[in-house]
Amino acid sequence: MEAERVVRIEGTVLPMRGEDIDTDRIMPARFLRAVTFEGLEQHLFEDERAGSAGGDRAQSQHPFDNPQYAGATILLVNRNFGCGSSREHAPQALRRSGIRAVVGESFSEIFFGNALMIGLPCVTVSPNEMLTLMARAEAQPASVMRIDLPAGTCEFEDVRCAIGLPANARDALVTGAWDTTGLLLARYDEVNAVAAKLPYVAGF
Amino acid sequence: MGQTLLQKVWDAHTVRTLPTGQTQLFIGLHLIHEVTTPQAFDALRERGWRVARPDRTFATVDHIVPTRERTRPFLDVLAEDMIGALERNCRDFGIRLAGLGDDRQGIVHVIGPELGLTQPGMTIACGDSHTSTHGAFGAVAFGIGTSQVRDVLASQCLALEPLKVRRIRVEGTLPQGVYAKDVILTIIRRLGVGGGVGFAYEYGGDVIARMSMDERMTICNMSIEGGARVGYVNPDATTYEYIAGRPFAPAGEAFDRARAWWTAVASDADARYDDEVVIRAEELTPVVTWGVNPGQSVGVGDRIPSGLEPGTDAQALADALSYMRLEAGQPIAGLRVDVAFIGSCTNSRLSDLREAARVVGGRRVAPHVNALVVPGSASVKRAAEREGLHEIFRAAGFEWREAGCSMCLGMNPDKLVGDQVCAASSNRNFKGRQGSPTGRTLLMSPAMVAAAAVAGEVTDVRALVADPVAGGR
Repeated sequence: MEAERVVRIEGTVLPMRGEDIDTDRIMPARFLRAVTFEGLEQHLFEDERAGSAGGDRAQSQHPFDNPQYAGATILLVNRNFGCGSSREHAPQALRRSGIRAVVGESFSEIFFGNALMIGLPCVTVSPNEMLTLMARAEAQPASVMRIDLPAGTCEFEDVRCAIGLPANARDALVTGAWDTTGLLLARYDEVNAVAAKLPYVAGF
Repeated sequence: MGQTLLQKVWDAHTVRTLPTGQTQLFIGLHLIHEVTTPQAFDALRERGWRVARPDRTFATVDHIVPTRERTRPFLDVLAEDMIGALERNCRDFGIRLAGLGDDRQGIVHVIGPELGLTQPGMTIACGDSHTSTHGAFGAVAFGIGTSQVRDVLASQCLALEPLKVRRIRVEGTLPQGVYAKDVILTIIRRLGVGGGVGFAYEYGGDVIARMSMDERMTICNMSIEGGARVGYVNPDATTYEYIAGRPFAPAGEAFDRARAWWTAVASDADARYDDEVVIRAEELTPVVTWGVNPGQSVGVGDRIPSGLEPGTDAQALADALSYMRLEAGQPIAGLRVDVAFIGSCTNSRLSDLREAARVVGGRRVAPHVNALVVPGSASVKRAAEREGLHEIFRAAGFEWREAGCSMCLGMNPDKLVGDQVCAASSNRNFKGRQGSPTGRTLLMSPAMVAAAAVAGEVTDVRALVADPVAGGR
């Protein structure tokens, strides 16, 4: 199955400071009580958005409610973003809210993989570069960031940094091969051959 | 040069290198539950795909199930929908289901081992990050998201990046009253909540070698809290003894042949590791978390960090203390708790309940504490009742519930209320984790939860029980 190619991402940015932001914060478990992913974006960071305003989302001071970042498509984060639960609901909600790329210092492995599976690139820059990018973004929220996956670069105002993204993930996104099921099914005889050699499958 | 278990299992399950450069890995066992699968089954229907290997797939219900009133249809309409969807999907696609009322039902990471589905040398996947639990048997087990659940359903394969291996040796003898939970919480504190990204953790050393399977499962379960998606222990006589006689285990001569294969899959003595860490068991104490991630913990006799310690992230500390409404430098012992929760895929097995019951026996839960025990599976519940553990808990003032994930993540009616403080034997103290946006979680061993329940505050279990049985004795 052919998926959309993800090559270049351009847009305004939304800086969200904090280390180890876990998927329970991104998408509290009670919103996983549904048989589809539809509408999840309404509950992105629900608890802290309401929580920062005494339960009233309208008064929220959260970066996702800050009008100066409205319409942003690139999320800036710090270290170990997306740690914890494997719930794909977290990257699903980010993507459904309009986020098209996440730039961070580092990512949890499961989150990174789940995001890749839905065509949401998670790319890394150094902590120092992130410090600069976040400060610029907070000062100049209307500025546009340009991420070029094949070139491996991220440009924002006069800042230009190299982005980290494993070659496999980059190629998958750029060629549109990030929807893996088709690939895995392509040569199913080879799957059967491997299974037949495993004694616990074939029978001890 | 020898190989690690991870390399051997990886090689034996490799189908091919995909054009993307990832490895296509055959998955030997796919465990599924109600929360992370409905969208995956819908994707199969949309594309007209079958489940490739229903014979290698097993389902149960755990995350959302009520633990008190289980009459169908549930009053909770959303829960009814999700359970109903899994029942329908299992029926339509020919998948075995240990559903509600089935005597095998329980938390997916408790029943897999219990039924003998989990075996050494397997690759295992499940749409749950605590799938690393199954590594206790020398399996390579991955927590995955829903799109990957779709991949495994459709193809029985995953596209994965190779992992490095960090060997973590726990050497020496654990002091009395120090459990597997304290070992893994210490490992996570030392190596960091992101320290394991890109690694599989191989746990070894004499303490792990002496541990029961329940204890090894507790350790492997929380690998992901240290950032390691995979954690495992090499299979040995303890492993084989546990597996023998279980419903899905090989029997008779097949068991002997299986044991030979399982033994061969263990890491070689001269295997090379990408990193190695040694933990001295004698230095360990009962551990309690004070913050909002499982790495933010102290020994029960210690004080909450002041921020002056080297390596402390001042902003993270301030943020955690503000959420937890605690002061830097405050002793953790004596902190009042409102709720005591014994359960979860980390610590809800029979040995956990026995240890907690030993602390509780002859005592009463403090009047201001709501205490509950949620056995990990229907089978654990029956076994505990045969020993009379439920009577010990009930006599002390604990509620005795049906099996499920329950208050670990509050997807069912079992939730914290407001900013209640919960002593919990579960695995995550994230903000809002236990179902209340302002709820506060203190992670600790089941024996320490039992001690907190009766004392009404965080307290050193070693002061309550003269001879608590140490893990890995």
